[in-house]
Amino acid sequence: MEYFIHLGILVAIYAILALSLNLVIGYTGLLSVTQAAFYGIGAYATAILITSYDVNFFLSILIGMAATGLAAFIIGYVLSRFDGDYFALGSFGFNIIIFSIFMNWQELTRGPLGIPGIDRPSLFGFVFSDNTPFLVLAALLAVLAYFLCQFIVHSSFGRVLKAIREDEKAIQIFGYKTGYYKLVVFIVGAMVASVGGSLFASYITFIDPSSFHLNESIFVLAIIILGGLANNKGAVWGAAFLILLPEALRFVGFPTDIAAQMRQVVYGLILVLLMLYRPQGLMGEYKL
Amino acid sequence: MPTLETKSISKRFDSIKAVDNVSLSFEAGKITGLIGPNGSGKSTLINLLTGFVPYDAGMLVLGETTRLSRVRPYDIATYDITRTFQDVRLFEQMSVLDNVLVVLTERNVWSALFEKHKTYHLEKAKEVLERVGLWEKRNQLAVNLSYGQRKLLEIARAVAMDANIYFFDEPFAGLFPEMRKVVTSVLKELRNKGNTVILVEHNMDIIRELSDYCVVMDSGSLLAQGKPEVVLSRKDVIEAYLGE
Repeated sequence: MEYFIHLGILVAIYAILALSLNLVIGYTGLLSVTQAAFYGIGAYATAILITSYDVNFFLSILIGMAATGLAAFIIGYVLSRFDGDYFALGSFGFNIIIFSIFMNWQELTRGPLGIPGIDRPSLFGFVFSDNTPFLVLAALLAVLAYFLCQFIVHSSFGRVLKAIREDEKAIQIFGYKTGYYKLVVFIVGAMVASVGGSLFASYITFIDPSSFHLNESIFVLAIIILGGLANNKGAVWGAAFLILLPEALRFVGFPTDIAAQMRQVVYGLILVLLMLYRPQGLMGEYKL
Repeated sequence: MPTLETKSISKRFDSIKAVDNVSLSFEAGKITGLIGPNGSGKSTLINLLTGFVPYDAGMLVLGETTRLSRVRPYDIATYDITRTFQDVRLFEQMSVLDNVLVVLTERNVWSALFEKHKTYHLEKAKEVLERVGLWEKRNQLAVNLSYGQRKLLEIARAVAMDANIYFFDEPFAGLFPEMRKVVTSVLKELRNKGNTVILVEHNMDIIRELSDYCVVMDSGSLLAQGKPEVVLSRKDVIEAYLGE
């Protein structure tokens, strides 16, 4: 049971990350691969605030969101000068820069040694030390992120985001300063991702830079493409699918000496087949 | 009284003079037909006047006081200018209704998030979509419309802006006769309301029927302007246009 609860917590964390990236890529069409950096800033903010300043977890989430929002403002402002493939390359560069900061600013992050001993959240004397209440907390935050994203995409603001994705220059003709909209959604997406980072840090109780590598951004991108771009339910299902699929393959019964490799091969094969026969993803409304 | 004037507007693409020193004025309550052979600079002129492409030299004058040496695309809505495109530019993977609603709602982020006039905007969208006969298709994605319906949706989107100055770039191209009637009545209605309408069109019958004034361009320059019946009978216009 503990194993399934662990998987549930991971699904909730990755669902938050996928929802945040879906705002930026699925709804606005900005091919960003910086999400792991924002996830990491949230995680480091929580880790540092809890271990060094004894700040409550919930307050650390808010401070982490503010710090991530500031970083996203600076990064988004620079990226606003790029379009299309160049935007993707620029965001790629920023993920590497933030990763390098995690790795090398040793006074703050302890570099590759990571930060151990991060406390579990506590609220009014109740400590979420067991995984079951932590799952409830993670699911609750994922649901909040889901409804926030639903609210955004179903508002007039969300409609403008979709129009930017479809034809940015055409929507400008109708009086929209699109750079402003893109910056706002980039910041909001980063702040939501930061919540996932805070949860991750407090759940694992240890973080190091390896969790926030570019690979993580690519993994979240795979989740939303597989789940379906521009569909928040698709982002959640995509997270569940990509987290649970490799776990399910553990029970297929491959010979033990090649089990790990076979799982990777089958996992990759299933992804390729899915993209071949269902390129819009499980619930997608939009193709890249 | 002209609502829109261009003063020596010019644009070069490398060595080609796409628009060369064009000075024009467009009046309120009139449809001005903008004609000329392919590549004469009509669409480029519209692109310059709507900020889609920056002009190299010249000035745009709006009303009595506004003089613009530079126009950015997101500025034109604040000057009550709107347009359609020669090659239809819709928000393809959005519904027909959303294609109209998106130009009606508030422009700043906060107001767009917490919109206060949803019912009013929906009624307005319904009005313009019914006007062009697309209300029944409001939930379809724009990408799934026929070519003619796409043209009509683009016109409805422009009309929803309630602008003063409208640029229509070949709105009749590829339309069935019934659809032509709809577009004709929309343009006449805009003129009767006192708006300034600039119509790029290749069909001379439509120009004769609709336009109050006619401007002919050739090789990026002004060739002639005046009453359609006078301009269209000029030998140099016929030669430039028909290659005769």
